[in-house]
Amino acid sequence: MKRVRISQQEIVFAVFAALFLTFSVFLSGFLSADNMLTLLQNVAVLGILGLAMAIVVIGRGIDLSLIAALAVPGGLVLQMVQNGHSLPASLLAAGLLSIAIGLVNGWLIAYAEVPPLFATLATGLFVAGLGQAALFQLDVVQWSEGMAGFERLGQGSILGIPTSIVMFAIACVVVFILLRKTRWGAYIYAIGDNPFASRVTGIPSRPIIVLQYVLAALIGCFAGLVLAASVNSMPTRIFNSTLIYDVILVVVLGGIGLSGGRGGVVNVIIGTLLIGTMLNGMTILNIPYAGQNLIKGLVLLIAVITDTLLNPRNEETAQQGDI
Amino acid sequence: MASVHKFALGSIAALALSASAAPALAQQGLDEPFQKPFREALAGKTVAYVPVAMNFDLTEGWYAGLKKELEPFGVKFVIRDPNWNTNAGAQAVTSLISEKPAVMVIHNPDVQTYAKLLQRAENEGIYVIQINMGSAYRSSAFVGANWIEIGERQTEGVVKACQGKSNKIAIIQGALSAAASAYTLKGVENILAKHPEIKVVSSQAADWDAAKAKAITQTVLKQNPDLCGIVGFWDGMDIGTAAAIKEAGLTGKVFLATSGGGERKGACELVKNGSFDLNMSYDVPTQAAQMAGTIKWLLSSGAKPGSVKGSEYTTLIPITKENADTQTACWNLSDLKK
Repeated sequence: MKRVRISQQEIVFAVFAALFLTFSVFLSGFLSADNMLTLLQNVAVLGILGLAMAIVVIGRGIDLSLIAALAVPGGLVLQMVQNGHSLPASLLAAGLLSIAIGLVNGWLIAYAEVPPLFATLATGLFVAGLGQAALFQLDVVQWSEGMAGFERLGQGSILGIPTSIVMFAIACVVVFILLRKTRWGAYIYAIGDNPFASRVTGIPSRPIIVLQYVLAALIGCFAGLVLAASVNSMPTRIFNSTLIYDVILVVVLGGIGLSGGRGGVVNVIIGTLLIGTMLNGMTILNIPYAGQNLIKGLVLLIAVITDTLLNPRNEETAQQGDI
Repeated sequence: MASVHKFALGSIAALALSASAAPALAQQGLDEPFQKPFREALAGKTVAYVPVAMNFDLTEGWYAGLKKELEPFGVKFVIRDPNWNTNAGAQAVTSLISEKPAVMVIHNPDVQTYAKLLQRAENEGIYVIQINMGSAYRSSAFVGANWIEIGERQTEGVVKACQGKSNKIAIIQGALSAAASAYTLKGVENILAKHPEIKVVSSQAADWDAAKAKAITQTVLKQNPDLCGIVGFWDGMDIGTAAAIKEAGLTGKVFLATSGGGERKGACELVKNGSFDLNMSYDVPTQAAQMAGTIKWLLSSGAKPGSVKGSEYTTLIPITKENADTQTACWNLSDLKK
């Protein structure tokens, strides 16, 4: 008898579909076009971060400095403009800072061979500390006159679709093309699948690892700018929040194994949709905060347990969660 | 009666005599007997400041204000920054007790964590001044906002704006663990109890996070486009609430009341551009001046720490379109730091 194999991705999609159907039937106002857009809009930044994390995780790494890469360059733009610099100069400075963060991460991991968990943990702390000590006057960097017009990156809509969703879509397309249509993308999968074999076959694995982290930092910076534009300020203290876990959750829940080499943009979208649906439904139901955490935890546990039951682990199938 | 007259006459004579001697006295100047002990009581004393974190308008404002008031008198001002970490804060307070500063200025993260420590500090002879967020222990002085009053006045504003409209309101709370948030909610409930016609369609915690506040508000506004008002718990977070209202095209239709320290960029500017309709400010420079005044009084009084206990609740400044333009409604952090 042939066993039915259902992948993590399909399970999560099924959970998402079930939740979505339940909310649509029982929650008036959930299944309106307006609410769907709001749902997506609320998780757009999380989704963009998920894409950055996906690139790194597919290449068998992890980037814990991602939230610092979101908060500090983004905050730097707002702070520099507030101090009287021009917007293009500030954006350039933020871009350079992001590239520097990525280069340091990549160098530590690819050349100094520090495990990515520790390397990015340290750089994340360093960058966040640098921002707090040297760059920002206050934790929340406010919007200023010089930023006028830039808020369109995160507010308003393009052809009726809220801009942050459009930004998420653009990021999805770019990352999809990079991963699936370019040689670099193929290299990232190869390195994630088997770093030693890929090196033997002549793939420039070290520069590609550096590239992964530079891309992640740049996407992080982009997510930061979208976030700042959407709330008209940069709450740099976001580094101390649990956002990084949500990002890892989106990636792992969507079915991108932490052992690398698997998954893609679709997985990030599925993970993001599940989180978005849960948050939106629970907000409409006006469930208190503690209850929301309980439900979130429960749904995740169900997803993980179902996966373990349907796909028992052994050395060959070892995947998400197994570092 | 006669004796009184005699006494009066005697006094006049004495006055006349002293008047003739007065010019000589005036040239020598008069010693004011209390200023020297005051200066001595302050000079060389250490004041320790433990906020929940630096780098935001309130704690930076208090720091700058206290420093400006106390350092000219030779007071040594030290700071321990736990950076939002409650454990680190408790450790800082514990180690300060053994270092024995004269005064500790404490900004509590919650009601319980520091309570026992602060009692111990006063028993060891250290004056404890608690600011903006009190603990379960009542120390020599509390200087800060009355959160219940803030909740009440914000809600009154929202209820008034809702008259003749849908009467549907939403509440964006801070973090559930923060007493400031719970106290404010109590104030909101006090007013809502008097207005049964008001319907709360959503009451959610956004963790002081602007992005979360925006997400919640967007969803709530989609479900209730006829919402007439929102009570937000902190202006730093409600910038997200305001962004959601603006995106929904409901600026001016949904009355947004919030509160904060009254820093110009975070308060007055945002009231002026229509983001907030009411911002209850607890005017940080005034609070800092009151803290400094209390420290001066305590040090010069010689009172035993813990033997006198009092409170100075801040007089709130409601910032609306009418006064947002004035010089006095808000303050600039950069000026205070000069």
